[in-house]
Amino acid sequence: MVKGVLLAVLLAPIMAFGSEELQLDTAPVNLYDKISLQRGVHTFVNYCLTCHNAEYMRYKRLEDLGLTDEQIKYDLMLAVAKRIGDPMTVAMDGKDAKDWFGATPPDLSLVARSRGADWLYTYLRSFYRDKTTHTGWNNTVFPNVGMPHVLHELQGTQVLKTEVETDAQGHKHEVQQLVLQSPGTLTPLQYDMMVADLVNYLVYMGEPERTFRIKLGIYVLFYLALLFAVTYMLKKEYWKDVH
Amino acid sequence: MTNKLSALLGWIDARFPLTALWKSQLAEYYAPKNFNFWYYFGSLALLVLVMQIVTGIVLTMHYKPDSSLAFGSVEYIMRDVPWGWLIRYMHSVGASMFFVVVYLHMFRAMLYGSYRKPRELLWIFGMLIYLCLMAEAFFGYLLPWGQMSFWGAQVIVNLFDAIPFVGPDLALWIRGDYAISDATLNRFFAFHVIAVPLVLLALVAAHVIALHEVGSNNPDGIEIKKHKDPKTGIPLDGIPFHPYYTVKDMLGVAAFLIVFAVIVFFIPEMGGYFLEKNNFIPANSLQTPTHIAPLWFFTPFYSILRANVFNFLWIPAKLWGVLSMAIAVVIYFFLPWLDRSPVKSIRYRGPIYKMALTLFVISFVTLGYLGTLPVDPLRTVLAQIGTVIYFLFFFLMPWYTRLDKTKPEPERVRW
Amino acid sequence: MADNNEVDHARRRFLIAATTAVGGVATVATAVPFVASMMPSQRALAIGAPVEVDIGKVESGMKLDIEWQSKPVWIVNRTKDMLATLPTLSNRLVDPNSEVPHQPPYCKNLTRSIKPEYFVVVGICTHLGCVPTFRPEKAPPDLGPSWPGGFFCPCHGSRFDLAGRVFKGVPAPTNLVVPSYRYVNDTKILIGENPKAAKS
Repeated sequence: MVKGVLLAVLLAPIMAFGSEELQLDTAPVNLYDKISLQRGVHTFVNYCLTCHNAEYMRYKRLEDLGLTDEQIKYDLMLAVAKRIGDPMTVAMDGKDAKDWFGATPPDLSLVARSRGADWLYTYLRSFYRDKTTHTGWNNTVFPNVGMPHVLHELQGTQVLKTEVETDAQGHKHEVQQLVLQSPGTLTPLQYDMMVADLVNYLVYMGEPERTFRIKLGIYVLFYLALLFAVTYMLKKEYWKDVH
Repeated sequence: MTNKLSALLGWIDARFPLTALWKSQLAEYYAPKNFNFWYYFGSLALLVLVMQIVTGIVLTMHYKPDSSLAFGSVEYIMRDVPWGWLIRYMHSVGASMFFVVVYLHMFRAMLYGSYRKPRELLWIFGMLIYLCLMAEAFFGYLLPWGQMSFWGAQVIVNLFDAIPFVGPDLALWIRGDYAISDATLNRFFAFHVIAVPLVLLALVAAHVIALHEVGSNNPDGIEIKKHKDPKTGIPLDGIPFHPYYTVKDMLGVAAFLIVFAVIVFFIPEMGGYFLEKNNFIPANSLQTPTHIAPLWFFTPFYSILRANVFNFLWIPAKLWGVLSMAIAVVIYFFLPWLDRSPVKSIRYRGPIYKMALTLFVISFVTLGYLGTLPVDPLRTVLAQIGTVIYFLFFFLMPWYTRLDKTKPEPERVRW
Repeated sequence: MADNNEVDHARRRFLIAATTAVGGVATVATAVPFVASMMPSQRALAIGAPVEVDIGKVESGMKLDIEWQSKPVWIVNRTKDMLATLPTLSNRLVDPNSEVPHQPPYCKNLTRSIKPEYFVVVGICTHLGCVPTFRPEKAPPDLGPSWPGGFFCPCHGSRFDLAGRVFKGVPAPTNLVVPSYRYVNDTKILIGENPKAAKS
């Protein structure tokens, strides 16, 4: 009896798994690739900042990406921002947005920390045409999302095809797949790379300090190893007294 | 120069017991010489307390306890305040590390019977510190005003609602409003920043004073004061805290800082266990996240709460949940009197206690893990089994500790 | 507790010194972020950043009020008459030649400005910090017949001329402060930045 209970309790963590998770593609994030981040911020400003805010991100911080103040001012700053220290906000009123889209477009400063890079990467590539929705678009990652497919000119139009597959045992499953119906101005590979750059930028924007934090951590650990060595020798020396 | 210094010391000593304190608490305070790994965590808890206070003070310089400004002020600290990100991570990682250290510190007491006579009051002060720590963490977690902050507080304060007769009024009084709001945020800020820390500091002082009154226990569970040197009165198995344990604790601090730095600099979110993903979304009173979970150090008790699904004896399941969760915490206070073993330390206990303690640890960890996950029928059954094992460990203790076949305790300590 | 070997005091002293040194550096290094966190944040720096002002609309004889680094800054478009009065006041002023460095080097001149007409000045009285009033008219009843036009501080009666220079016999000790500024073009100035060619 005890053994049974013990077994059940030991196996508990394993049995605790089992709920289905949405399959997400892995986003190729590389925060050290400044050129990717620069491409990403251009996409972000051109396509996302028209509706979404990024109120915790200041334009001046983009100097991290290797851009000069002039480049930031002339290529990236929207008319709403007056000075380079200003945050990335939009002119669109939140109330208007709610009327047009059904929900206020959320601020994107921290979206990479709350949703995760993989979710964003898959989401931005999973829009498909759906005549039944308000915007005419739907998304397999976020069903009935209020956001239209802003990047559809670049990706082209996808549709959701449902097929019935029979497996080796003869069971039938319904399999849903996104299929590109009409192409956009970018090839699928180019589009994926563009989205990858954009997601890379969103990850950076979620925590601009990250690469510095990691670098500093390495120095701190080296120093703490030294501190450990010295305190260890001191302890050993004094404890020679104790028997 | 040294003459001047000793003259200064003399001047102080005539007015304040500085040298007397130094001698009685450090240089001539005798602790057992056989302290092992489990004995680092007391001084580490003190270190983490100091660190939380210092980082907390800096955070309070920039944080704004207003429901429309709080979330933004935390991001302000992360991005605009010089080194703000580091101080924020030290505080959030420090909060979780506080519980890691305290749980290990408490477990040492369970291993070696450090709560037994004459240390019952020491244990009670420690348990009160633990309760204050849970309160401190609960109040503090509302402050970032994220989705988890808001809904976690909403759920827990609603628990008070379940108390018969006084519940709804009590919940209203705690919140200062009909739902978690700006009023709640401001008062939780007051509790977190000044009220609970003051109580904590007083309790920690009482805890150390109580310890120094009776002296530390040790891994063998025997009293070193039983065998003293006839000439000096110093316990034969005792060594002065300074320099031996000051030096050893410094080493403990260095090791702890390495673990702490690895987390702060490389994995501050700890996969969502130290900083939850949903808390990067500002609080929205109109939309509950699909999955609410308290921070990891509360999850064992949360599991016990959720495991109660039956209405029983005209008490609704919700109230049973609150009661069993409360009892699960409060039962620790009674440990000194539940444990009837003739020996203190696990080294000399029999197989029944060892099995019981092992089962307890497994159930505690499993309950903790289950508490981070959403419910489903299988998990509820597992939580119920875990809850039963957890309570039986305590309720049956007077019986199985008396029954257990113990080994004779030694006269002098062993390493 | 008897020790068999002799205590190596020299080694102990060395190890204590080494631990103190390493630990001391660690403590100082840890203190740096805490102390630095009290320095102005990015938000404070952004708010205090240079401000661009369009002066094209300021009519002759009028004053424009703007805010820079949370302080009032005035831009006065001085008339030829106002400018003509300035050289006549020297013996009534405490510091007619602006010896005290309350202006950038490129404004250490009679008009205390880059271009004579446009006067840029921080509108805070150098006595105790009140904001003076703009009194360009000559000899009004309340200021007396010898008032040539300037700034009058109502708090304690300090008086400044139309180049912000302080009169003798008033509580304020020094001239009004002229901030750093430069011309972006003929109708725009940037307050808070020196002209590119000028060296401090």
